[in-house]
Amino acid sequence: MDQKNKKSKKPTYSKFSQQELPAWKPILTPGWVITSFITIGALFIPAGLLALAASDSVVEIVDRYDEGCIPDAYSQKAESYIQNPNEKKTCVRTLRVPKKMVAPIFVYYQLENFYQNHRRFVKSKSDKQLRDANAQDDTHSCFPEDHTADNKPIVPCGLIAWSLFNDTYKLSARGKAIDIDKKGIAWKSDKEAKFGSDVYPKNFQKGALIGGGKLDERIPLSEQEDLIVWMRTAALPTFRKLYGKINTDLDAHETITAEVENNYNTYKFGGRKKLVLSTTTWIGGKNDFLGIAYISVGGLCLFMAINFILLYVFRPRRLGDPSYLSWNRQPLV
Amino acid sequence: MATHPSATTNVHTTKKKKKAKVKWSNLYTFSCLRPPPPLNQSDFGHPGFSRVVFCNNPGAHKTKPYKYPINEVSTTKYNVITFLPKSLFEQFRRVANLYFLLVAVLSVTSLAPFTPLSLIAPLVFVVGISMLKEGVEDWHRFLQDLEVNSRKVKVHIGNGSFVDRSWKVLRVGDVVKVNKNEYFPCDLLLLSSSYEDGVCYVETMNLDGETNLKIKRCLECTLGFDEEVKFDKFEAKIRCEDPNSSLYTFVANLEFGDKDKDVDVDDNKLVSSYPLSPSQLLLRDSKLQNTDYVYGVAVFTGVDTKVVRNSMKSPSKRSRVEKKMDHVIYVLFFMLLLISLITSIGSARYTDKKQTAKEWWYLQLLEDTDGSFDPDKPLISGFLQFLRALILYGYLIPISLYVSIEVVKFLQAMLINNDLHMFDETSGKSVEARTSNLNEELGQVEMILSDKTGTLTCNQMEFRKCSIEGISYGGDVNKIVRAASQRMNIDIESYRFNLDTEDSTPRDSIEMHEICHDEINEVKNSVLDDAKSMRDVGSSSIKGFNFRDERLMNKMWVHGSNVWDMMMFFRVMALCHTGIPVENGEEIGSHKPKYEAESPEEVTFLIAAQEFGFQFYKRTQSSMFVKEIDSSTMEVEREYKLLNLLEFSSSRKRMSVIVRDEVGQIFLFCKGADNIIFDRLGDSGRTYQHATTIHLANYAEDGLRTMVFAYRKVKDLEYEEWSSTFAKAKATIGPEREELLENVSEIIEKDLVLLGAVAVDDKLQDGVAECIDKLAQAGLKIWLLTGDKKETAVNIGFACSLLRHDMKQFHLSLSREAESKNQLKAMKDEILDQIEASYQVTINEKTKDDPFALVVDGKALEIALRNDIRDQFLQLAVNCSSVICCRVSPKQKALITRLVKKFTGKMTLAIGDGANDVGMIQAADIGVGISGMEGMQAVMASDFSMPQFRFLERLLIVHGHWCYKRISKMILYFVYKNIVFGLTLFYYELYSKFSGDVLYDGWYMLMFNLFLTSLPVISLGVLEQDVSSDICLQFPALYQQGQKGILFSWKRIFGWMGNGILTSVVIFILNVNILSSSAFREGGEVIDISHLGVITYTVVIWTLNCQIALIITHFTWIQHIFIWGSILCWYIFLLFYGALPPVYSNREYKLLVEAVGPAPMYWIVTLLVVVVSLLPYFIYMVIQRSFYPLDDHVIQEMKYGRKVVVDDEMWLKEEESSRKPTHIGFSARVDGKILYLKDQLYKKRMFIIKSISNSPIRRSITINPLENRD
Repeated sequence: MDQKNKKSKKPTYSKFSQQELPAWKPILTPGWVITSFITIGALFIPAGLLALAASDSVVEIVDRYDEGCIPDAYSQKAESYIQNPNEKKTCVRTLRVPKKMVAPIFVYYQLENFYQNHRRFVKSKSDKQLRDANAQDDTHSCFPEDHTADNKPIVPCGLIAWSLFNDTYKLSARGKAIDIDKKGIAWKSDKEAKFGSDVYPKNFQKGALIGGGKLDERIPLSEQEDLIVWMRTAALPTFRKLYGKINTDLDAHETITAEVENNYNTYKFGGRKKLVLSTTTWIGGKNDFLGIAYISVGGLCLFMAINFILLYVFRPRRLGDPSYLSWNRQPLV
Repeated sequence: MATHPSATTNVHTTKKKKKAKVKWSNLYTFSCLRPPPPLNQSDFGHPGFSRVVFCNNPGAHKTKPYKYPINEVSTTKYNVITFLPKSLFEQFRRVANLYFLLVAVLSVTSLAPFTPLSLIAPLVFVVGISMLKEGVEDWHRFLQDLEVNSRKVKVHIGNGSFVDRSWKVLRVGDVVKVNKNEYFPCDLLLLSSSYEDGVCYVETMNLDGETNLKIKRCLECTLGFDEEVKFDKFEAKIRCEDPNSSLYTFVANLEFGDKDKDVDVDDNKLVSSYPLSPSQLLLRDSKLQNTDYVYGVAVFTGVDTKVVRNSMKSPSKRSRVEKKMDHVIYVLFFMLLLISLITSIGSARYTDKKQTAKEWWYLQLLEDTDGSFDPDKPLISGFLQFLRALILYGYLIPISLYVSIEVVKFLQAMLINNDLHMFDETSGKSVEARTSNLNEELGQVEMILSDKTGTLTCNQMEFRKCSIEGISYGGDVNKIVRAASQRMNIDIESYRFNLDTEDSTPRDSIEMHEICHDEINEVKNSVLDDAKSMRDVGSSSIKGFNFRDERLMNKMWVHGSNVWDMMMFFRVMALCHTGIPVENGEEIGSHKPKYEAESPEEVTFLIAAQEFGFQFYKRTQSSMFVKEIDSSTMEVEREYKLLNLLEFSSSRKRMSVIVRDEVGQIFLFCKGADNIIFDRLGDSGRTYQHATTIHLANYAEDGLRTMVFAYRKVKDLEYEEWSSTFAKAKATIGPEREELLENVSEIIEKDLVLLGAVAVDDKLQDGVAECIDKLAQAGLKIWLLTGDKKETAVNIGFACSLLRHDMKQFHLSLSREAESKNQLKAMKDEILDQIEASYQVTINEKTKDDPFALVVDGKALEIALRNDIRDQFLQLAVNCSSVICCRVSPKQKALITRLVKKFTGKMTLAIGDGANDVGMIQAADIGVGISGMEGMQAVMASDFSMPQFRFLERLLIVHGHWCYKRISKMILYFVYKNIVFGLTLFYYELYSKFSGDVLYDGWYMLMFNLFLTSLPVISLGVLEQDVSSDICLQFPALYQQGQKGILFSWKRIFGWMGNGILTSVVIFILNVNILSSSAFREGGEVIDISHLGVITYTVVIWTLNCQIALIITHFTWIQHIFIWGSILCWYIFLLFYGALPPVYSNREYKLLVEAVGPAPMYWIVTLLVVVVSLLPYFIYMVIQRSFYPLDDHVIQEMKYGRKVVVDDEMWLKEEESSRKPTHIGFSARVDGKILYLKDQLYKKRMFIIKSISNSPIRRSITINPLENRD
């Protein structure tokens, strides 16, 4: 008998192999349903209100200037105006501060219908070259902005750098210039790790086609924060990018004069340019959608909870009511 | 020992001689000297008959024309060289894999939207795993082959010496010696055996499933070669047919010269030619039994052997769920093509010069390098974008689904293999899933086709009851009556209670008691018997003898009234057979011999006779010796001269012996089927006929096999006369011989005196009846397909409750004349008539509760399965509660299975144990092999193997149900998961000018199916349980969810696809709107691609893992770890990835730590979007649960609900009613019996009422008031 047992392949007992592991078997009872709906409602509505309040406290000034900055003479041929190097590009915009804006106030430029996320655009850069002074020849992904006509590598190469946004803003209030702090607008990690402090622009914008802004060849890339910000490609065709920060408060109803140097050509593809001044809170900039979404979802859940409460009051179903079993229901069918 | 000197000395002196004394050929009057099949000698040497075998000269087979394959048999699919190309080819026959191959090729071009690694790795993984599985399976086959091929057999190597050689080196022409209980290594020509007359016994279970022994006999001329040394000079030549697969034919000639004249061997003229027949051919895989050894010459080896030629390559089976999954994949493919097309058109439109191209100056499209954005050639760039999109959205096609399913099924199979409830202690084996492809198929079976012998029965006969002189012995009440009576008892109590409250007379209940009295008493007795038998078991448990009756045991019968008839009865038992006693090898010194006989029933009778005191202990050529109990309880030894033996045949259905006893009286002892014997009784011999008939009916309903005994005293004169005619008939040669013999036998087998009947139990395997009961309740139909004769099949039908006495049985069979005419048209008409008549009955009486049963004969079946009447037949069969097909050949079994599968569209499961079931096992959707017995063919061909039939219940109702649920849920979730993920990629294209830019980092994509979402699905697929196993068994109705296929219906599939689309839209829209242009952090930073990507991806991971938590209803710690661990894993991954230097992490450098992590926005967006995207499913789930709950939901609530709703009564009631009403099975029969008893009671009461109302007294009472009124 013993021998037989040795030979036999009796499975060894374990709770796992016998599928007898202790298990939590939750059942969706009416109690659970109503509780979860109410919990979500109770959580989401206040959260939504908080978010809305935060969004409400943000003061935002948006000024679209791409159309307004075209002289009347060029109104039908904006492109030739922007491409004419002899025309003066400066234009003056007037902004009103609706509410008191507490520092830091962020200055953005907003581009619309600009596809920074186009596959061709996104790929057209060389991370290695930006990072490493010895890798200036690493430009294979940058075509056509990889080499100059005389075959010298362009640093920074690629379409992204080449199309650097080059409008500039000067703000002043009551005749006094408002200082725009251009430092600290880029991600710290970018400055430290992705853009080399010993990499200097070379042969940039020297080709036949001039794209966007130029770079000071004496400043290493890690200090070129405008470039760094620009090179963080935006996810959507409408995007803002940080231009600078204002470290002084702006009083309510104050009038701000913005002197815009309108260099960047968005006319060719029907893009729009906007100057944005905004404060932030814990949710970031102005964002009503978030609060509204939270409140609606919370409301919906409360509504469902009420419905189910009513349903269970008027048409209660006993838990585990056997009359719902298929064999008990069959005669009805 | 001392008491039986004669028998034992015989045993000890010369074993061989003892057996050899019996000339077996003489015992079998009818079968000896059958003329060999006529064949044309000139056929040899021509195509089809060209094989030549040089016996004992294997060297002659080394060169070309006679070079035959060696005896190595290989069942593997691949070898070392072909494995790679062949299995790769197999893999890429799957459409999905082909697609992924295309994608992998494209991924190395510049078109690939992400890194080639993330595309190639999954493909390599999927294909690798599948190939590994193939490889392992093939390796197992290889090992099995190796085992078989290296079995040892004794081979002649010249000079009369034999050595052990492995099977595989055996060559044609080798002379081999096979010992008792060994398998034949190849097809052998029998030369001689340990018996003097050169017969041997062969068990061919592996070939045809029949367990009785077959006799093979060598030619007279080779008889002499019965010792090893003699083979030194043996030389012969066989000319025979070419290898073929027919098991029952063998056409050959043996050219053989006299061994003494070896000088002349080469001279053809002195060599004589002997025709050979199948009875000289020993087939590979059959087994030598009851014979010490045989010598034989290898004729066919290896792939030429008949058994190998008969084996089919097992078809690869795919489950229905998986086939449907293919269609789901096609739908997804369609979706993929659609969105790819949208992408390519969109891209081309934006790129086209005429439309917009020139204006996107910052993209420099004119300088484009790879042509995918060439403004001048929008068509080409559109096409290239299309290819790119195909790769990009590849996540819609769940490549990992294949891997996950393989993994899950493997684990499921492991759980099945390790289930202790399906372990058989006696054989030490448990249920084994041999292929894991069909796990979920187990949950959808609707029809079981079962073999009988070895599957339902143990192939073990037991003597159970007998009826002598009209008195039944062996009073074991059958289970059904017992159960019915027990339930009736309860009924009676409640009945009485009701009556009392209704103020009725208690008379009824007393009547009820009266009716049930006998039964109940019997029950009580049987319970006592059981208790007693339990005690007895230790002392005398005799194999084959399960009989308890004080009146017969221990010589008690001697005190009975009519001892003479008793003795005659036992004499029939001890003398009318073909068995021989053999020494009891196991217990030396035991005075009880063992018996060997042609059929197991005869052995049973001999054992029973011995127990009753009539021990048959010796047989010689002409005499039989029996130790008898005298009427004075003294033991006497008697010799009976065996005069004639009239053999059993299927047409005669009886056998007789004619013996002369010591006094000189001649007796004819006869046993046979009841109707046959009753027809031949003399007028004076019918004393007990009535009583015996009643007993026979009872026995038959219990599923016992019955046989009637009779005898006749033959006058000397009559015998002499008859004997001469018989001898004459025996001497005739030709086809009419058999008929002649039958006619002559007929003359003497008349005027018989009925003695009684015996009942033998073909023992069912443990728990078969209960298992069939449960399966029937779960809505499964069971068909019995057996090679046995109709009577046996019907017996077993009763024994395992497939048949019951109140069933209407339809018998389809061919009448004798139609059969003899053998005209197809006539036969067809006859069968069709029968079918239609029966069909009409089923239609007309459908409303009635009477169940129908269909019993079909093999011949009739062959006709009924012909194309033109097949439909009618199957229609009838489907209308019947149980179907029994008897006398079916292995081929027919397979054919029936195939047809049933095809025409009813139902999922079929075939179960069998023998090689004859292989065809059926392979043809069915699921094949199950019984592994308890010897012979592995069925198991080898099967998808699941089990040691006992009863494990089928748990395998189907528990594991099948679970696996079906698991796999269905898993696939649906996979579809959902991939749609959600794939579509978010697509929506992003709408925002990036369809340029093919990817929102997510390549590593996210890779991690997605690998770590972040795979483990929870696998835990779902392996561990999910809707209800625990005992509840599955309690509520067989749950199984019908699988049969109806409700869990993987198109409705559900599209529902989940819709849910996936909805979820992806919700995720994307919310994210894009919330994270649009304004800053997302207090520091004024705005979103870039990597931020949007990481946030969306986080939401996707959360949603998918929470979604699966909503699907799972059974959380063990494993699920918890996997689900929540997967989410945690994502953050950990992000941390590590971000911590890598930017060379590796690129855009994702310090993403979590620096950018998104500290932003509250990230977390509140995650919360919001996850809740919103789960809300639709949650609401659906709530509504379904509350208003349209499925059975498992309600049962879950009943069982685990917080409030204890499980009052036992309700639970039991529902348990009861969840069973499908069924007409077969044990409990159905109990119900039937109760109905029957109640009916009897009712009739009795009606009778009493009638008799009362008709009685004059009563009439006067009732009439009087009327008169008074007048």
